[in-house]
Amino acid sequence: MPQLLLELFSEDIPARMQSGAARDLERMARDALAGAELGFDAMRAFAGPRRLTLVVEGLPATQADRVEERRGPRLGAPEFAIEGFLRSAGVARDALVEREGAYHATLARAGRATPAIVAEIVPGIVGAFPWPKSMTWESGALRWVRPLRRILCVFDRVVVPFEIEGVQSGDVSEGHRFMGARAPFRARDFTEYREALAGHFVVLDVEERKRRIAEGARALCSAEGLALAQDDGLLNEVAGMVEWPVPLLGTIDGAFLDLPPEVIRTTMRSHQRYFAVRGEGGAALAPRFVAVANIEAPDGGALIAAGNARVLSARLKDARFFWDEDSRRPLESRLADLDGVTFHAKLGTLRQRAERIGALARAIAPMAGADPELAAHAGRLAKADLTTAMVGEFPELQGVMGSYYARAEGLDPRVAQAIADHYKPLGPGDTAPTAPVAIAVALADKMDTVAGFFSIGEKPTGSRDPFALRRAALGVIRILLESRLRAPLRQMTEWAGFSGPGLVDGVLAFFADRLKVLLREQGARHDLLDAIFALGDDDLVRIVARIEALAQFLDGEDGANLLSGYKRAGNILNAEARKGSIPAGPPASIPGAPGEETALFDALAAARPTVDAALVAEDFAAALTALAALRAPVDAFFDKVLVNSPVPAERDNRLRLLGQVREAMGKTADFSLISG
Amino acid sequence: MTAFKPLSFQDIILRLHDYWGTKGCIILQPYDMEVGAGTLHPATVLGALGPKPRRVAYVQPSRRPSDGRYGDNPNRLRQFHQYQVLLKPNPADMQALYLASLEAVGVDLTLHDIRFVEDDWENPTVGAWGLGWEVWCDGMEVSQYTYFQQVGGLDVFPVAGEITYGLERLALYVQGVDSVYDLAFNDPQSPDFQTYGDVFLETEREFSSFELEVADVEALRRQFEDAERAVPRILDQRGRQGQRLALPAYDQVLKASHLFNTLDARGAIAVAERQSYIGRVRDLCKACALAWVEFERASA
Repeated sequence: MPQLLLELFSEDIPARMQSGAARDLERMARDALAGAELGFDAMRAFAGPRRLTLVVEGLPATQADRVEERRGPRLGAPEFAIEGFLRSAGVARDALVEREGAYHATLARAGRATPAIVAEIVPGIVGAFPWPKSMTWESGALRWVRPLRRILCVFDRVVVPFEIEGVQSGDVSEGHRFMGARAPFRARDFTEYREALAGHFVVLDVEERKRRIAEGARALCSAEGLALAQDDGLLNEVAGMVEWPVPLLGTIDGAFLDLPPEVIRTTMRSHQRYFAVRGEGGAALAPRFVAVANIEAPDGGALIAAGNARVLSARLKDARFFWDEDSRRPLESRLADLDGVTFHAKLGTLRQRAERIGALARAIAPMAGADPELAAHAGRLAKADLTTAMVGEFPELQGVMGSYYARAEGLDPRVAQAIADHYKPLGPGDTAPTAPVAIAVALADKMDTVAGFFSIGEKPTGSRDPFALRRAALGVIRILLESRLRAPLRQMTEWAGFSGPGLVDGVLAFFADRLKVLLREQGARHDLLDAIFALGDDDLVRIVARIEALAQFLDGEDGANLLSGYKRAGNILNAEARKGSIPAGPPASIPGAPGEETALFDALAAARPTVDAALVAEDFAAALTALAALRAPVDAFFDKVLVNSPVPAERDNRLRLLGQVREAMGKTADFSLISG
Repeated sequence: MTAFKPLSFQDIILRLHDYWGTKGCIILQPYDMEVGAGTLHPATVLGALGPKPRRVAYVQPSRRPSDGRYGDNPNRLRQFHQYQVLLKPNPADMQALYLASLEAVGVDLTLHDIRFVEDDWENPTVGAWGLGWEVWCDGMEVSQYTYFQQVGGLDVFPVAGEITYGLERLALYVQGVDSVYDLAFNDPQSPDFQTYGDVFLETEREFSSFELEVADVEALRRQFEDAERAVPRILDQRGRQGQRLALPAYDQVLKASHLFNTLDARGAIAVAERQSYIGRVRDLCKACALAWVEFERASA
């Protein structure tokens, strides 16, 4: 079966866009071929620094012929209507069939040749391609990521002729800019193409480029007894920057090794795209780096490695300048600079935010087991590094630099650590802070964010969450749960010091929502979440303990049966409530009552103190076990006792009994929200 | 190293003049005002606009007051030199032309690692942006290469291609030297041999002190406001041929831009004010760009 090969060759494509472009090309080609009713066996797309390539295997040479029946005018329609139908369908009168009260024409449409369809599809794809950023060039109107220079398009070894913006399709491409023949080559199918590229020093497949980089870099490191610091994000990026990857080992000038390792690593990574190298077995940075060149130089890359090392020295020299300049001033003095930085027009300056975080951290500290003064100090200084030159250059080092500067000026190490850790957790892959002072500041930072933005009506809606409030709330939740901290959210929200109608309730509902999302992701039943959240508790640790105990309880036979008893009691009580008021007050033990009524009364009297004591002790499993003792008496009660007794006193007492069952159970969860 | 003797700083400039001159460029002189980048030369900012084809090349001394390092940093200067090429419309083989220009100044393309790394260029103070790359040579950024899409908020059509060489960085590369101050400014065999440091170190020292510590903030603010007021006033006037005076008005934009940079270096611009200053300069530049395009279209 014929094969289609397409290459869109352009000037250099940004690395970060390549994998998305390969996916888009494949998706668009799939849709277009499906739209043309062209089936195929397999499709693959590739993206590299200068080309997008698509290969489709097993296409038919032509579309299938199609037969379709078209419905015409009803029988007995005016002659002109029938004539018109004949003209538009292109058939003769005697070809019409009469069926279902109307004329029908059978149309045979011959399938078109696949290349003719491809010649229409490709310009369509190119014209509608969703590059994240695109441009025009020369005097053209086409938008592409960078100027499009060549189109190779062959179907079954024959060029598919078409033109896009002055570029005529053909069977010609080119390879590496500086290696090999440096001349265009021809290719008529994928095998020829791939081999020609390899012969012209281009590795087509990004996975193969990544493999060569990773293996080459590891080999260079292990030859010196060192280890490559794995960095998949960087590997992906670098693989999009080279057609012929050649890893080289370079040396970091020893004069810079006293800079914080984060600074060295970030300089290498974000400015130069170098991989970091670690010492043998240890986590410490080795004075080496791996750069990935795009060329095999005749000198083995010695000049290139030396050049890269020199550039790195210049960059580190800058970092050293920033470090020295930043270190001249104590962090405290930078609070004045924060006065000039607006955090949000309605939430004041960064200085005001820093003061708020300090105050809030002080209030939260005892709950986290932290010294309130240290927490307040760290909270005030947490944002001070935003005005340092180093963070200006490397925003991703915020917090980390503040921590280094704090240590350098001799502040308490707990303060320094809190400054470093207060942004954590930064995402699902990041850890939550664990040191008490850091916890207090991290909570204060996030509570200030959430309560602050809620107070000015900036709540997340749908997919819009411009201030990342969901992440902040989730951070609070993770910190509290992972450290098992008993910090009531209501109180923390009030301490944040913002006001507004319904603010605290709104924030609590938001947190409840985020917690639900988190627990649901972890597999919790949503009805159990509802049953517990209905209690109005704002202690996350307790909420989670309740949910876990409840899930376990309901898994057992007693739990399931007690739940149905509860529902039956609830139905009766609700039905009575609709008729009139339900008698208030505690039930009594009535002499001469049926044995089942007395037994339930006794069981309740026995269970209630146990349940209450267990709840006070927050032993939710014990509370539920005590409730389980009600299961048999409740079942027996419903079996043998008529609640709606004609004797009003009997009816009232029985309703009071059921009310008490519901109340006792309701302290552990709102069972009415549980399904089953 | 390269097979022949590395070029001196001034010979690199002469080679580039020679190379681009043969490619049809008018070789201009630097603009005689303080500017932060070669792009700001009116031949580029205004030249990119309008329908007329243009090819120009020139050196532009570029002042970046906040990069002042008192002559202590071997790689960072408050005044450096950009070699600027503008080709409008961009020729289809512009990347190849650029690479050949590197060979012309002695970069062996088989021995070094040349890379086009994504860099979406923008200059918010002149309302300009384009797509292109920073060009790396063994990890060092030696040029910026941009296809201008907008200048002064106006579409650039036909598209103009801009190449900016950081001459000092390129020379560091070509000469294999670690410190900019050690660059051979002229031929080392010459009896009057001078290094880059001989020529410019004192300038760096004095101007770093001036721009970072001494410049009079109040005077700078006043001058900024003067320039700002001047632009609309000049644009309201007409020349003898009935045109609006876009070119002299643009001079005032350059003044405002440099005054802003100096205020910034003096630490006199609060972070909250920054955007507003940039917006003010951009609005001035837009007004000039509009007036210029009006004239270009009328005279095309």
